[in-house]
Amino acid sequence: MAPLDDAKPTTVTDVRGPDGHPLDIPRLACGAMADLQSFPAHVKHNERLGYPGELIDDWKEVAIAKIGELADKNRAFQVYLDACVKCGACTDKCHYFLGTGDPKNMPVARQDLLRSVYRRYYTFAGKHFPWLVGARDLTREVLDDWYNYYHQCSQCRRCSVFCPYGIDTAEISMAAREILDTVGKGQKYCNEIIGKVLDTGNNLGLQEKALRATLESLEEDIEEDTGVSVRIPLDEKGADILLIAPSADFFAEPHIEGLIGYAKVFHQAGVSWTVSSYASEAANFGLFIGSYENMREVSLRIRKAAQDLGVKRIVFGECGHAWRVGYSFLNTLAGPFDFLDQNFPIPQHILEFTHGMLERGELNIDKSRNDHIRLTFHDSCNVARGSRMGDMPGGQFEIPRAVLRAVCNNYFDMDRDTIMESTVCCGGGGGLLTDELLDLRTKGASPRMKAMQQVTEDHGVTHLAAICAICKTQFAKVMPKFGYDMDSILSVHQLVSNAIILDGQETNNTSAAED
Amino acid sequence: MLSTLYAVLFYFATILLVVGTGLKIRKYARTPAPLKIPTTPAPTTRSGVWLRMFREVVFFESLFKANKWIWLFGYLFHFGLLLVLLRHFRYFTQPVWFWVEIIQPFGVYASFAMVIGLAGLWARRFLVERIRYISAPSDHLMLVLLLAIGLSGMGMKFVAKTDIVAVKIFFQGLMRFQINDLPTDPLLLIHLGLVASLMIIFPISKLLHAPGLFFSPSRNQVDNPREQRHLAPWAAKLEKGGR
Repeated sequence: MAPLDDAKPTTVTDVRGPDGHPLDIPRLACGAMADLQSFPAHVKHNERLGYPGELIDDWKEVAIAKIGELADKNRAFQVYLDACVKCGACTDKCHYFLGTGDPKNMPVARQDLLRSVYRRYYTFAGKHFPWLVGARDLTREVLDDWYNYYHQCSQCRRCSVFCPYGIDTAEISMAAREILDTVGKGQKYCNEIIGKVLDTGNNLGLQEKALRATLESLEEDIEEDTGVSVRIPLDEKGADILLIAPSADFFAEPHIEGLIGYAKVFHQAGVSWTVSSYASEAANFGLFIGSYENMREVSLRIRKAAQDLGVKRIVFGECGHAWRVGYSFLNTLAGPFDFLDQNFPIPQHILEFTHGMLERGELNIDKSRNDHIRLTFHDSCNVARGSRMGDMPGGQFEIPRAVLRAVCNNYFDMDRDTIMESTVCCGGGGGLLTDELLDLRTKGASPRMKAMQQVTEDHGVTHLAAICAICKTQFAKVMPKFGYDMDSILSVHQLVSNAIILDGQETNNTSAAED
Repeated sequence: MLSTLYAVLFYFATILLVVGTGLKIRKYARTPAPLKIPTTPAPTTRSGVWLRMFREVVFFESLFKANKWIWLFGYLFHFGLLLVLLRHFRYFTQPVWFWVEIIQPFGVYASFAMVIGLAGLWARRFLVERIRYISAPSDHLMLVLLLAIGLSGMGMKFVAKTDIVAVKIFFQGLMRFQINDLPTDPLLLIHLGLVASLMIIFPISKLLHAPGLFFSPSRNQVDNPREQRHLAPWAAKLEKGGR
């Protein structure tokens, strides 16, 4: 058993319990995270998305009606509210429960915050015998509990792997956030960011000018490093490929190194490609707040950019939830894409692209350039459990590993129960990557960090590679709390970038410039 | 008098079970799934989904991955119950179907598996802190109800036998809308009363997990969103509003 965490921030370097397993189950710590509240959205953030600016007077009636509306519009919500038998299979599956011990972070208990209210107003048993079936009135306390605990779920779907009925807490948590938004109780981080995308095209609020300047300076960096002129085009009409990357790839480390990797791969492929300033964001936070309409609005920007630029293909960069929306929903939200080249997957993941080139032997790779790195890979939750790469189920696990093994000599997987479909979330996904939730994010990251500490002990692993902007930012922030440098987190295409030898590149044997 | 009461009870329970569950299934079937949300890795073909669902229903695959104890007790209970239920066809068919004859000896002992499974599941509701936390009174009562049904049934088989021929005549009569005399052994009356209650609460309780599983989008959807556009009717209306 791991020691019981209290509500204080975790600062220890080795968080493993005596038996040291990453998935050690804590004792219950009731109410441990009850007061953790992410910042509420400003009036203008809510209104920008079509929600009331602040909590409306008849919030109770509206919230109850919204539950019924969602149950009519979304089969998953309806079935998941009814089907749970409280078997307990999911109770030890959430990384936030494992990290905090707060029982309301057990998936079933998190669902029950809403299910208990659904039962009270929509089921025979709950209307007439509420005490019997754990049904309760919707009160202000319940509403606040919703706000706090539905913003302690990263919608990573790990629980849905283990539920005998496939109940996905992410669906409940998305619905709950939509209900909260509908009554004017939105969360600042998500709603502000969606507004920025609608206004500027990306989560960071980057204007076209700044973006252009950034990309140009990156081109110069690459040329300085390699002696080869590699372009990162912006808004180039008639390009073959539209690259949709998370905006963090333009500004943050280690994300930028990934973008450089994509550029080098495209360069070697000899394809024409472009970034769009209108759709300069892969992430779609409409998913996090469970809003089909907002998610659709953001997705339609990608369609419009593809049409305006006259591209033939869409390729997504490294971003987890973005790839879920891209792979699983884009065709639904913004399709049909009959104007694109049907010979390629629509959309395609950059790893599918790079993997194809590696398989065909079209990239000149010097693996030894990554020899200073002993590597493991973090399967990003929404890629792992909400999408696919390639033609076969599980391609989302095989393809990134195949690429990493092709560019790096020292690769080691973490504990099997913490990777692939069982991967534990980075702790910052689903709209939680905001400073006021840092305590939760650190605790939620502890199962992943323990698994990493194991491979560090067993194999001397030094670095963690990820394919998600949120994972990268989150790990850069929390890894120092677990005894790693903040630059221990790498982009997968950063490793590709390190190892790739461009045509005409000067190769002196002074090893890689990076790190 | 008692026979009439039980006859009415069973007609009532049957109607509620069939109509109530039917309405719920209709609701599940008619409610659209707006997005493709299979928990991946997921099958890429319809037949693959049938196989996935088969493994869930027959082997409780996800539960096995999750927790071996819950799987063991849950499996003992459900497959014990299945055999016991199939065995009970002998009270409704004349002549008794041949396959019911074949499973008869297994069905009798399956009741032990069923009761052991239920007892294990109930014990976990007390012994495991996390499961104690999530258990409502109804979760306990449901197990008590099923246990009582199992034990009263076993009591009639192994301890105080009832006039099973008369019971069979009673139920065959009900199937032809005749009310024949039902024996009045307390164990039988308890057993039948509890079974009728179970039938009545089926459509208004968590027992809906049985039909619900088949409608769970994370399990029953094909992983082919790039190849095939999926669009819910209400979402299609949004598109008419223009993009």
